[in-house]
Amino acid sequence: MIRPIPPGTRDVLPDEMRELRAIQSALLGTFEQAGFSEVRTPTIEYADALEMADRQAADSAYRFFDERGEMLALRTDMTIPIARLVADRFRDLDPPHRLSYIANAYRAVTPQRGELREFGQAGVELFGVPGPEGTAEVVDLLDKSLSSVGLNDAVIGLGEDGLWTALLQDAGAGPDTIEITSALLAAHDLVGVERALVDSNALDDDAIGQAAQLIQLRGGPEVLERAGSLGGQGFAEALNRLTRNFEAISARSIGRGVLLDLGILREIGYYSGSTIEVYDETVGDVIGGGGRYDDLMSRFGLDLPAAGFTLYIERIHKAQLERGINV
Amino acid sequence: MFDELRKPGGKLKLAVPRGALLDDVLGLLDQVGIDTAEARGDSRSLVFDGGETTLVTMRPSDVPTYVSAGAADLGITGKDVLLEQNDRPVFELVDLGVGRCRMVLATQKGDVAPSEHQRRLGMMKIATKYKRIAEQYFAEQGRQVELVEVKGSIELAPLVGLADGIVDLVATGRTLAENNLEVREEILTSSARLVANRVSYRIRSEEVDDLAARLREAARKAPGES
Repeated sequence: MIRPIPPGTRDVLPDEMRELRAIQSALLGTFEQAGFSEVRTPTIEYADALEMADRQAADSAYRFFDERGEMLALRTDMTIPIARLVADRFRDLDPPHRLSYIANAYRAVTPQRGELREFGQAGVELFGVPGPEGTAEVVDLLDKSLSSVGLNDAVIGLGEDGLWTALLQDAGAGPDTIEITSALLAAHDLVGVERALVDSNALDDDAIGQAAQLIQLRGGPEVLERAGSLGGQGFAEALNRLTRNFEAISARSIGRGVLLDLGILREIGYYSGSTIEVYDETVGDVIGGGGRYDDLMSRFGLDLPAAGFTLYIERIHKAQLERGINV
Repeated sequence: MFDELRKPGGKLKLAVPRGALLDDVLGLLDQVGIDTAEARGDSRSLVFDGGETTLVTMRPSDVPTYVSAGAADLGITGKDVLLEQNDRPVFELVDLGVGRCRMVLATQKGDVAPSEHQRRLGMMKIATKYKRIAEQYFAEQGRQVELVEVKGSIELAPLVGLADGIVDLVATGRTLAENNLEVREEILTSSARLVANRVSYRIRSEEVDDLAARLREAARKAPGES
């Protein structure tokens, strides 16, 4: 008789385990060398803690009751537990704090999509270094981390969360229009975004044209120039934030191309400002992501700017296999 | 050609829907200079050299699966398919205008209106292939329904009493009429869309944008009719 394991989970056999461990130790070594020390948090958290940080994350969590009737949740990522840890344990220490982790996280997924309910993450969190300087440090380390696992062709995508809202506000769109189109943009429905803007009657043709142009802008530094002609004052400020981040990153002479993507809208609720996504052509899905979440810590009662990234270990492994990389 | 299919780089792979959409889609591809001669033949092959792109043919409902996984960089399929599979993330780039149809609620001619079922029983039994779209439509209106998922000709369900009505796609309305059914409510309108994988959309942005722009232009010149 065969005893099945739950869909979206897996047993790892010795050959693969060796390869996954190699990825983990390469990443951990890179994190340590950059001054990011490993921490561990419990696999289970109080569901309240997740909800406090991000409603959406809490929604996708596996939740259950303990023997006293308290609601617990399996962590959906490591950013929220580490934010909690810093808010509670490091309250009296002077920032910055540089922490890293290698851990499994758990999310409810649609079965039979090849998505994992239990997946490995390796990443870092940087607390107390605000703005472009902090973002650039994180991107620099992300670049080194990707190289340490042999993914020299992986691409780092950099976006800025406030661009879309600023462009629409400058054009005089109301909160309803912004909300509807942001949801469509997060779902990558570019046809729907344009149609919703036309239907809303809130914007003139020129503004709609600008909006359609913005969400398709992605590429090298030239897109900053092209975006310069769009929007008004608010948009110019948001674009300036992206430009400063990009300049800070470029100043660190990162060994790979950084793709500027003005249409990225991260779906995870606690992000604000810079957004980071990592792509490798051999994997159809993002292999990592991150950004700034300067408002997250205040939800735990400590006002501290924060940024970080996470890499999905199984997808890194897949990219290595597809590219024939032996680390 | 088969060696190249799994490697990164190389020609863009475009998922092309077989079935009712195929002719219109190949017509558009012809207009933008993609070679569709091979794909038009009656070969059993599933992969064709389209000149600048590789054409991979499949059922329309499989397009989101291949594109979201990155097995195809781009794809063409109906908006109805995208809505039904909205948990497969792809970039929706261009409304191609072809393959226009409506998603409707239909019941037998002469039947009491669907609202009468609602009033009397507080509940309707609906057969459909589009479970998610139907579920969302009725939920938004606060109507209770029992959905019966069927795979084949849905028109049969109300005729033999499996369901009170059906939610299905209608292009000309002929199949409905021939089976003594009539449209009661329109749920949405659909047409073919060009979609892109999330990674290809970023990493191969120039090629993707170029092809999308040409298809947008072709679709504008020849507004689809069916």
